[in-house]
Amino acid sequence: MATVEQAESMTETSKVETLGEEGVRRRDFIHIAAVSWAGVGAAAVALPLVNQMNPSADVRALASIEVDVSAIEPGQAIKTSWRKQPVFVRNLTPAEVAEANKVAIGSLRDPQTLAERTKPGKENWLVTLGVCTHLGCVPLGAAAGEVKGEFGGYFCPCHGSHYDTAGRIRKGPAPLNLEVPEFAFISDTVVKIG
Amino acid sequence: MSFPWANEYKPQHPVMQWVDERLPLPRFVYNAIGGGYPVPRNLNYFWNFGVLAGVALVIQIITGIILAMHYYASVDGAFNSVEHIMRDVNGGWFLRYAHMNGASFFFIVVYIHIFRGLYFGSYKAPREMIWLLGVVIFLLMMATAFMGYVLPWGQMSFWGAQVITGFFSAIPVVGEPLRQWLLGGFAPDQAALNRFFSLHYLLPFVILGVVILHVWALHIPGSSNPTGVEVKTESDTVPFHPYYTAKDGFGLGVFLTIFVLVTFFAPNMLGHPDNYIPANPLSTPAHIVPEWYFWPFYAILRAFTVDFLFIPAKLLGVIAMFGSIALLFFLPWLDTSPVRSGNYRPLFKKFFWFGLIPCIIILAICGVKPAEGKWILLGQLAGAYYFAHFLIILPIVSRIEKTEALPNSITEAVTGQPAAA
Repeated sequence: MATVEQAESMTETSKVETLGEEGVRRRDFIHIAAVSWAGVGAAAVALPLVNQMNPSADVRALASIEVDVSAIEPGQAIKTSWRKQPVFVRNLTPAEVAEANKVAIGSLRDPQTLAERTKPGKENWLVTLGVCTHLGCVPLGAAAGEVKGEFGGYFCPCHGSHYDTAGRIRKGPAPLNLEVPEFAFISDTVVKIG
Repeated sequence: MSFPWANEYKPQHPVMQWVDERLPLPRFVYNAIGGGYPVPRNLNYFWNFGVLAGVALVIQIITGIILAMHYYASVDGAFNSVEHIMRDVNGGWFLRYAHMNGASFFFIVVYIHIFRGLYFGSYKAPREMIWLLGVVIFLLMMATAFMGYVLPWGQMSFWGAQVITGFFSAIPVVGEPLRQWLLGGFAPDQAALNRFFSLHYLLPFVILGVVILHVWALHIPGSSNPTGVEVKTESDTVPFHPYYTAKDGFGLGVFLTIFVLVTFFAPNMLGHPDNYIPANPLSTPAHIVPEWYFWPFYAILRAFTVDFLFIPAKLLGVIAMFGSIALLFFLPWLDTSPVRSGNYRPLFKKFFWFGLIPCIIILAICGVKPAEGKWILLGQLAGAYYFAHFLIILPIVSRIEKTEALPNSITEAVTGQPAAA
């Protein structure tokens, strides 16, 4: 703003005209008001320009799926897809449940019990995202014949993270247990994920 | 590049000084649109429209880049992806309507900018290059707008592409092969849509480049002004900033207000409802018209109804339509009057307001009306006047006109007093 310099070059009489009672010039006020208002406008326009990159309504509409689990025998798992991400639904054998329960919680990197990760009375149904919490690869162990890692759960081949039978991180670089999505049994054989 | 009394850039902050010594970008901006560019003190609001056109281009580029994040150029998916933008993408309706109406507003301000130049003689020496680059920008804008209109792949998109590429088939011998080459097929299809998308994304940046040349060329003689009298002394000018940044800022506020009013409350006012019907290569809409900014040229295209001197009417129409823009390249040498501003040219002024302006309006009306009956005749008369205005009337008026006395200087025109030495 060149207003200050101009005011200095003005004659004394015009200075008196433009100076208010407390030495605040009307021109300064109108400049600040105009530029501030333009800033408000720019911010208001920036909002939709940024927000358009968020997931659109059709993507958000993929938020929940229903999975029929009746065909999964104990010891088996299936891969399904929720929000374009793999989801593992695993029917744990009693031995796997027992193994998960006997681990000392305090020794875990991300302490959680199997009960906290499953639904009451359905502790054998482990539902997790098939997304390694390290950098997002799909761990092995859901399909028959795949390596299950040192702890019999899942193994991520990208960077060597081992998950146990409750999908908890036990060894390797991943910081957290495999994420358990929001899910519920809407009948004995149908799981609603999301 | 500027007048000797232009303010010199003096960085206040040591960081700016450091930058300026290594890359004088702040100095460049200061000399281009800051306090270092002396501008005639008497510019009226018609001189806002160059800046407004620049803002319109930036709005188109920003909204366009964003729309391209959600659009896909496929004959099966393009129409649906536009509907996806309208319904699903967060704020997508706003971005698309802003882009759609932004194109119209870009043309509105550019047309006012062009007619400002026509009336005030801004195309005359030493500013011919600015004018020539301006015509190039105008042609690029038309190509960009046309290809953008094809992208939603609605009925008007498809048939617009069919008709416009049909222009090229009028060229003898090579016409039809040329058209097939442009389309990558025998009718607009996937190949055409994909290349139109690619070029529609490219051309705005080409326009931006030519705009930089346009502004560069402008800064050599400096801005023209409503008297057409060249700047002589320092008292004829004021620094661009703050005087014209403030004036352009006000004009920009008015422009944006009208722009958002249309975008929010009448977004489809300037569009055609048929383009909300998916493209159907087997059925032409009953009445196809281009977007409003092409109407006058469309009228000239359709004005030729009979073959003439063995030249088919189809070719004549295409030649006339391109010629109506091409002749603007010769305007600086057709109007030989030494007086620039129409304000001091009584005869020129009459032909401008009562000849050229009504002629363009009539052409625009004929362009949107069906090509039948009186509209053809009216379009032919107005089209004939358009060419006569530039090719016959302007050169003659330049010779016979007795112009009014020009003020001795801009300062004298503004204050009534001669400029102090």
